[in-house]
Amino acid sequence: MTADIAPAASAADAPKFTVRDLEFYYGDFHALTGINIDVRDNAVTAFIGPSGCGKSTFLRCLNRMNDLIPGTRVEGTITLDGADIYGPGVDPVDLRRRVGMIFQQPNPFPMSIYDNVAFGPRLHGVKKKDELDEIVEQALVRANLWKEVKDILGRGGLTLSGGQQQRLCIARVLAVQPDVLLMDEPCSAIDPTSVQKVEDLMAELKSSVTIIIVTHNMQQAARVSGETAFFLQEKQGEAAELIEFGRTAEIFTSPRDRRTEDYITGRFG
Amino acid sequence: MGKRWANRIAIGTLWFCGLTTVAILGAVIVYVFVRGIGQITPEFIFTKPHGVNAEGGIGPTIIATLYVTGLSMLIVTPIAVLAAVYLAEYAVQGRLVNAIRFAADTLASVPSIVMGLFGFAFFVESMGLGFSVLSGALALAFLMLPIVMRATEEAIRSVPRYIRWGSYGLGASQWQTVSRIVLPAASPRILTGLILAMGRAVGETAVVIFTMGQAIYLPLLPTDPGRSMTVHLYMLAMEGINMEAAYGTALLLMAMVLSFNLSARWLSNKNRRLQG
Amino acid sequence: MTEQREHVEAAPPHMGSVLKMMSRATYFREAALRNLFLLCAVAAVAGVALIFVFVGVRGWPVVQDPGLAAFLFGSEWSATNDAFGILPLVTGTLVVTIGALLLGAPLAIGTAVFLSEIASPRMRSIVRPAVEMLAGVPSVVFGFFGLVILRPVVAALTGGMGFGPLTASVILAVMIVPTISTLTEDALRSVAPGIRHASYAMGATTWQTIYKVLLPAAKIGIIDATILGMGRAIGETMAVVMVAGNAPQFFAGLGEPIVTLTSQIVIDMSYASGTHRTALFGLAIILFLISMGLVALVRTLSRHAERQG
Repeated sequence: MTADIAPAASAADAPKFTVRDLEFYYGDFHALTGINIDVRDNAVTAFIGPSGCGKSTFLRCLNRMNDLIPGTRVEGTITLDGADIYGPGVDPVDLRRRVGMIFQQPNPFPMSIYDNVAFGPRLHGVKKKDELDEIVEQALVRANLWKEVKDILGRGGLTLSGGQQQRLCIARVLAVQPDVLLMDEPCSAIDPTSVQKVEDLMAELKSSVTIIIVTHNMQQAARVSGETAFFLQEKQGEAAELIEFGRTAEIFTSPRDRRTEDYITGRFG
Repeated sequence: MGKRWANRIAIGTLWFCGLTTVAILGAVIVYVFVRGIGQITPEFIFTKPHGVNAEGGIGPTIIATLYVTGLSMLIVTPIAVLAAVYLAEYAVQGRLVNAIRFAADTLASVPSIVMGLFGFAFFVESMGLGFSVLSGALALAFLMLPIVMRATEEAIRSVPRYIRWGSYGLGASQWQTVSRIVLPAASPRILTGLILAMGRAVGETAVVIFTMGQAIYLPLLPTDPGRSMTVHLYMLAMEGINMEAAYGTALLLMAMVLSFNLSARWLSNKNRRLQG
Repeated sequence: MTEQREHVEAAPPHMGSVLKMMSRATYFREAALRNLFLLCAVAAVAGVALIFVFVGVRGWPVVQDPGLAAFLFGSEWSATNDAFGILPLVTGTLVVTIGALLLGAPLAIGTAVFLSEIASPRMRSIVRPAVEMLAGVPSVVFGFFGLVILRPVVAALTGGMGFGPLTASVILAVMIVPTISTLTEDALRSVAPGIRHASYAMGATTWQTIYKVLLPAAKIGIIDATILGMGRAIGETMAVVMVAGNAPQFFAGLGEPIVTLTSQIVIDMSYASGTHRTALFGLAIILFLISMGLVALVRTLSRHAERQG
């Protein structure tokens, strides 16, 4: 019943995230139970599973976004580079700077493209114009958006197309130089051409940033990730579990757990 | 046949209701305009009333009205906006929030004459502020508090949640998120709410009559008394003296209130268009 | 691109560093701001308490003089006779409020249904602003309008001066239209559109859909709206003072002067002293309790409705 612990990570690589015996509660509701997982550094890890299986909830544990919801509670440990992110006195605000997040709905702030990207650096004390200019340009270049927007930096972020907005949000996160990028179904609200661009971007970014993506799209998980974790809530009202975790190729071709196989054959191809 | 006729009659009645409402507003505006427009001269707007029949202008009452309205908005805006920030961004559902909402709803429904009497007992007498613009502004602030609070809270809540997440996700603290993202995004709507509240304050009578006084006086200091346009109109109409000036005052009052309303409407339409 | 990546790998500000602790300064700043906002929100509660206490302290002596029973059930209000019984005032308020609701509520609900179910977007863009602007018209202007336009008409109809319940009710009816109409429209809009479509699909006419489906579904919201409109009518002061005639006597006909709880305060306040003034504060307490009671009623009704789904 319990999930396997990081079978694929080679011993030499220290994992980025180490999660042990995680339990998560929304008030009285026990949402996640017994999660153990090691997430590799500088790689793409996909979280898959049916709707309501807790994968997004788990993702939000990794940068403590769940703290914003009153009545939530976490047990167990999550470490980032060996440091306990739920440790006493840890500043969730600093954690979120290191562990950036991209949401399902592109969410540019109602301000100019430039100000969107400069928001994070300004927040963290960068004030000089030329320094900001450089950060903004670099972030937009890394997000493959620079060419499209370099002449319209003063225009509102909301005037861009959906796919461009999502890349703007990625640029915005990259501007604060995170180690980890959490992506919560980043492609489900944008058009197919833009999906391609975002996936290409992930491939480019993974050498410098650890990426964790939650997706409903099996093909996407297969295309972009090196490792895949399958979550499942077996019965309505019960806590969700991590069923299987391993190399993406193995999960999709020869899963060890029947439930993984059922889910993937039901959804894949 | 019966069904169809019933439907026609009912729809006809509903049309009648909708049009009657418009007609009433139209009648009030047109009547006040037609009877009052002849009064509106520079002399009427800028000079003082004099003589037993209050001949001359209504200048001091216009100043007193704008003064007390402005001062009350100055007092109420920071408190109401921050209170709304608390309710919309920080508060966790519970007894305290319930109590705050109940209090705000009650405050909103307390008759203005009660507020006037309270202002008289508390600000004019107990605090020794006397009949003054300051007393009037403080009492008006009580009246405006729930209105501005509600408008601001609705404005803040209309900012999509996922925009906040974006900010938190970048490592912004709660205050940074509120001050740099949420309030700027909500500000056009907050401004609309403030303008509407100002329109309400301009038209208020029962509160200011017992707090600012009834003496025709050009207030300079906040501690000076004054007579608002509404109180002036009330006095002229009740004493039946100088009805011409009453029409003129009513017209100016309507023009002020409607221009507040229209500019709030214009602002919110412009804002809606901008957000696509 | 490679250059960019090198830059990142060369100077990653946080990579490998231990997580930062929250600084005391940040912690205190956030907590201080939070408490400041809370303080502002509590101002509303404090305001209500302050009003209640101050008006209460000033009005409480009515319990001794003239005595609670004489105050609440006395049938004469006369400063010269030192009699302060509020029954004539209460009945006056009751009469004009009922009159206002009888005239205003159907008009307001009709307007709301018109706006949400019948009017084209273009029509709506005329009627809805009109309703909102009607809400903004100052009560003295309504009172003035009633005095100079409506009063002569009523005088011709009833053969008196034209001051009294009829004039007051009509003016109040107009004044409560925006309150009731806006809230009713909200209630109608919150009815799930599916219900509407289902009704039309079964061959119901527009009117049948409104009457048999929408109005029942929005019932609680409409009742709430009417209660709040009633609160507005009870509390309205200046417009009533200007058209009611202001004689503290029982209802004697649609064109005979009466007085209400609110208008009596305005009339007497400028010269009242001693017991008389205390009695006016007593009236304010009663008005305060009525409005608080109506708010509590609306909240209970809405909560009840929510529980039922």
